[in-house]
Formats: sequence, C-alpha cells, structure tokens
Amino acid sequence: MRIKDTLENYAFVAPAVVIFSIFYLIPFLYVFQLGMFEWDGILPTKTFIGLSNFIEIFTQDKIWWNAMLNAGYITLIALTFQNAVAFLLALACDREIKMKNFYRLIFFIPPVLSEVVVGLVWQWILDGNYGMFNTWLRGIGLPGLAHNWLSDPNTALTAVAIVHCWKGFGWGFLIFLAGLQTIPRELYEAARVDGANAGQSFKNVTIPLMIPVAVLVGILTILGSMQAFVLIIAMTGGGPAYHTEVPVLRILASMRASSRFGYACAQGITFGVILVAISFIQYRFSKKERA
Amino acid sequence: MKVKSVIYYKIKKVSVNVLIHLFLISVSVTCLLPLIWMVVSSLKTQETIFRDMSLIPREFHFENYYHAWIEGGFGRYFINSILYTSLVVVGIVVISSLAAYAFSRFKFPGRTILFIMFMAAMMIPIPGSFVPLYVLLNKLHLRDTSIGYVLCMINVGLSTSIFLLKTFFDKMPKELEDAARIDGCNKLGIWWNVALPLAKPVLAVVVVFNALNVWNEYVLALIIFDSKHLMPLQVALMTFQGEFITKYPLLMAGLTITALPIIIVYILMQKYIVKGVTQGALVG
Repeated sequence: MRIKDTLENYAFVAPAVVIFSIFYLIPFLYVFQLGMFEWDGILPTKTFIGLSNFIEIFTQDKIWWNAMLNAGYITLIALTFQNAVAFLLALACDREIKMKNFYRLIFFIPPVLSEVVVGLVWQWILDGNYGMFNTWLRGIGLPGLAHNWLSDPNTALTAVAIVHCWKGFGWGFLIFLAGLQTIPRELYEAARVDGANAGQSFKNVTIPLMIPVAVLVGILTILGSMQAFVLIIAMTGGGPAYHTEVPVLRILASMRASSRFGYACAQGITFGVILVAISFIQYRFSKKERA
Repeated sequence: MKVKSVIYYKIKKVSVNVLIHLFLISVSVTCLLPLIWMVVSSLKTQETIFRDMSLIPREFHFENYYHAWIEGGFGRYFINSILYTSLVVVGIVVISSLAAYAFSRFKFPGRTILFIMFMAAMMIPIPGSFVPLYVLLNKLHLRDTSIGYVLCMINVGLSTSIFLLKTFFDKMPKELEDAARIDGCNKLGIWWNVALPLAKPVLAVVVVFNALNVWNEYVLALIIFDSKHLMPLQVALMTFQGEFITKYPLLMAGLTITALPIIIVYILMQKYIVKGVTQGALVG
C-alpha cells in the first residue's frame, strides 16, 4: 500500500521530470561537453581539443567581443532611457487621472507582439528610400536628417536599441506601476501632515520604497537586453558589417554559417557565465542597499 | 486673496494634468502608429506603397490578404501556429498542474530536490541552448517534426507554470479535497475534479502566457523546421521577407495576420496578463 502510494506520487511528477530531463538537463550538460570539441555537427567523429575553443574566444575572436560591446550598448540605453520613460509613465498613471486603464492597455501592446513582427514593421518604417520615418522628417522640414538608418554604421545600432526600448518599456511600466500601487497612501498623507511638499514626499517616500522594484526591473532589463537577438535578425541581420552583431547572433552564426558546433557551445558557456555573474553582482548590490 | 489662491491652484492642477495627458498621449501614439502603418501598408498595392505616404489610402486593397493567405502560404502557416500553440498549451497545463499538485500536496523522497531543480532552471540562463537541442533532436529523429517542436516548447514553459501553480495550490484550502477523499475519490480524481476547477484563475494566467510565448517563438522553430509546410508564422515571415524582398504589401498583410490574433487575445485577457507580469516579476 505504501509503495503503491509513493509510485502514484511519482506518476504525478513523472511527465514533467522526463520532459525536463530530455529537453533541459541533457542539453545543459551536453553544452559543456561539446564546448571542448571541434565538430561540424554532421560527421560522426568529434575531435577533442580541450579548452582551445575558449582560448580562441578570449584571444582571437574580435567580432565576438565587439558583439558583446554592442549588446552592452543596447542594454545601457534600455537601462537608462527605457526605464526612465517606464518609470515616468508609471508615476503619471499612479495618480487619479482619466483614461488610466486605456493608457495601460496601449503601453503593453508592443511587449505582446513578437520580435519578428516588431522588427519587420520597423525595418519598413526606417527604410531609407520609402520609409515613413524619412518621409515624416522631410515633412517637418528636416530633410537633411533623412537617410538609411539601418544600413548606416553610425546609426544602425542606436536605431535597433531604440526599437528594442519601444518594444520593452511596457514591462518596466507594469512592474513599476504595480510597485507604486503597493505604497500605502497613508504614508503620503502622513508626509503631507508633517508639512512635506510634493517634491519632498517623492524623495523621502516614493524613492526609498521603489529601490527594490528598480533593482528588479534593472536585472530583468539587463538579462533581457543582453540576450535580445531576434529583433536584430529581423531588422538588420547583424549588419552593416557586424555593426549590430550581438552574442546570441554570433552563437547562431557559429552553428549555422560556420558549422562549428563546439565553438558555438563554448561561446554559449562564456556568455552564460557572464550573465550569471552580472545578475549575481546586482543581487548582492541590492541586498546591501536594503540592509 | 483667498479666491486668487484657489484659482491659482485650480489652474496649476489643470495645467499639470494637461501636461501629463500630453505625455501619455504622445507615448500612446508612438506605440500605435507603427501598427497602424503596418495595416495601412498592407492595404496598398505594389505600385502605390512606395509613392502614397498618406495614412488613409485612397483605395483599400483587401485582396492582399487573400493573396497572402493563399499564395504567400500564410493560411498554412497560420494553421500550423494555431496547432502548435494549442498542443503546447494543453500539454503544459496538464503536465505542470499534475507536477505542481504533487509538489504542493504529496510527500515523496526527492520532492524538494526535484522542485529546486525546476526553479533553478528558471533562474539560470543558457544562451545558445538551441545548439545542443538541435543535435539532440537530430539523434532522436525528432528534428523537422511537429512533435519535436511541441515537446521543446512544452519544456520551455514548464518551470514557470509549475511555480505559478504550486504557489496557488499551497495557499488553497484543503477541506474540499479532504471531503472528496472521504467520498472515495482517488488522487487523480481529486486533481481533476477539485483542484483544477479551483485553480481556474491561475490556469488562465498559465494559458495566456504560454500561448503568447509559443505564438511569438522564433529561434527554436528556425533550427527545428526545414520543411516549409511545417513552419509556424514567425519563421515563415522571415523566409517570405528573404525571398520576396519587394512584396511589401503582402509582407505587411502577413505581419497583420500574425499580430492581430495576439492583440485580440491580449485585449480580451488583459487582466490575466497584468497579473502574470506582476506575479512573474516577484519570482526574481
């Protein structure tokens, strides 16, 4: 009876565990193994090369580290510009104003769309010859600014970063708004009774209580923006001349274009370790802040 | 003096409100304009799309949708996406609710470690996990098959769904289940007849989130499918864009076909999406 009972319990978790083991655990371990081989993905024989892939990444692969810098640039813009806009919008929607729900509805439309759809629509809007954006620039009397945003090396990465922000700010907005709504109204009331003006109560009530939320949004923004790549495939494909390359795009290229499966895995491990390190540092930082 | 200050505050309040609305409206316009432009472009012809920059086209060429659906193959891809999305969502709901119920209610050796394993998977990013997945699916002869893609996507949604459901079950009172047990209901019967119906609010969150996720997924579909007739919308859009670089009206129609169901689902299920985002954020 006891044994039957335990077996029954295992039967409940078995489907989940089986799928998880095959499609998460095995690939997870497999990455570490493949990372030490040179393999084209087709031949039955793999060549063991130890840490050579990693040495190559750290000493020769300039495009990889350039892609890392590009991802860092996109992340920096998302952290500052996107999150500032998200926070301001959340502040604006946290008060008693009309159409609050309408705005909230609109702001979360870009995040529910796919990166492919967003990327292709914006590629069309930013088109150098027939794009709506250039037509509009000419219309408001700035024809000098009109040019091919996505194939000019000077503007391509920033254009991609801005579209990334357009797609992502709704997340930060919703989380900030939820955070603001948990602040008890009595605190503002008390601050006002004590003679604080709007600015002071913002500085002494809102800001300190929102720091944990801001750290959370920060971590989510970093992890999301560093790994963004589908949007870039749809907008520029990494071009012009590697100017919008990002790490995950390089991993995909190592696998599909160069047929170097081992190297792609080594790149994946390198990037994964960097991401875990970043979120760990931020987590420690936020703990200190709260203490 | 007093009247003056009342008027002063009134004016100040109104102008602050006007400024806030201007800000909110301008951001809303920025959100909507690209999508309106997508729909407008899908209604122009190959000729007019490069010349006619007006927001309201002179003629509405709805036949673009017919062409995209039949000749562009988007009808086929649409059905594929619907099929994958529904299979994955049903799979995740059944598998993750079974597991979450067991993690919440039953005691068995290895329970904690298994649960921690699922949660760790949610925290640790493995960028480029598609590389070993590709190799593995090749070995299992599951690459370029629908079932291979569906199983991969079930796995993608599993951890978060188990987490959401277990959190709900932990807070759910046990009395009803006890009553069912006394009435002679077995574990599976209690899960199906008592626990699942009570969990409807979380299940809605799980369904909506996973549906959006599968519908919008790109990279796994890209590496798994070679056969065109199996592709879901996202991959098909990129392929179409690569092959027919100049057929913008049809591409825009395809994009609209892809985006519209998502926007409708979002508007109908907004409540659950907001709940999911804020709850999901608490995980971190």
